[in-house]
Amino acid sequence: MTALLLVAAAMFCAGLYGVLTQKNAVGILVAVELMVNAVNLNLVAFARHSGAAAGQSFALFVIALTVAEVVVGLAILLLLLRRTGGVDVDLAREMRG
Amino acid sequence: MPSPVVVLVLGALLAGAGLLAVTTRNLVHAVLWLGVVLAGTAAFFVMLGAQFLATVQVLLYIGGVVTLLIFGVMLTARPTGTAVTRELRGRPRAAVVAIGLFALLAWAILTTEGLDAPAAPAAATTSELVDVLFGKDLLAFEVLSLLLLAAMIGAAVIARPRDFGEPRSTGRGTP
Repeated sequence: MTALLLVAAAMFCAGLYGVLTQKNAVGILVAVELMVNAVNLNLVAFARHSGAAAGQSFALFVIALTVAEVVVGLAILLLLLRRTGGVDVDLAREMRG
Repeated sequence: MPSPVVVLVLGALLAGAGLLAVTTRNLVHAVLWLGVVLAGTAAFFVMLGAQFLATVQVLLYIGGVVTLLIFGVMLTARPTGTAVTRELRGRPRAAVVAIGLFALLAWAILTTEGLDAPAAPAAATTSELVDVLFGKDLLAFEVLSLLLLAAMIGAAVIARPRDFGEPRSTGRGTP
């Protein structure tokens, strides 16, 4: 259990590092997937620890939400590509005050 | 609970693949490393007795999300035919933040008592999961289906080509 939580923590931090360093929007999506995956691993590990099904149910919801997030994210990315000619997130500065 | 040796070996694989996914310069490789991480997590799910979740993970993540991300990489690549690389920025600061958070989490995990106490005798079975999903969580489940529909329609509306037929603006930074 401790080892599992450590693995999930390492994955989450790798994802965090990715979110902070990526300039490409697809790269950021990949990193976010990594973080969500780590959270899912924690949920399932604790579900196994407690023997209740609630944790697995949570993980299922998280998976479905992530799929929705990726779909909308890619749509936004296509729009960004069309408007700015690239998927570098630094190009999206129209809304900056 | 899976045996500690298996957890260590598979966990090292997962952490390594995760690091590669965020550090390789080639975006396609990054997405494929993410696929390795997702597959390893599915293996963990099976070991933890969550067979249904493992199936969903393989179907939705590896089958769906990874494919979508590859599509994203290919669609957004410059039409010059060069390798899809990416720039990174602020690496030292990001590394400090990530390592700091990991140290904090590891400290919290290692100092918490009772994590390795005997786990529940058996993992929740798929039928128990379904009982929760279509019992207590039924409303959330239905709202989730509504959300997926909304996300699908929203994505289609956002990505719809408005200036269809006109040449695409290629000026960097110009709205």
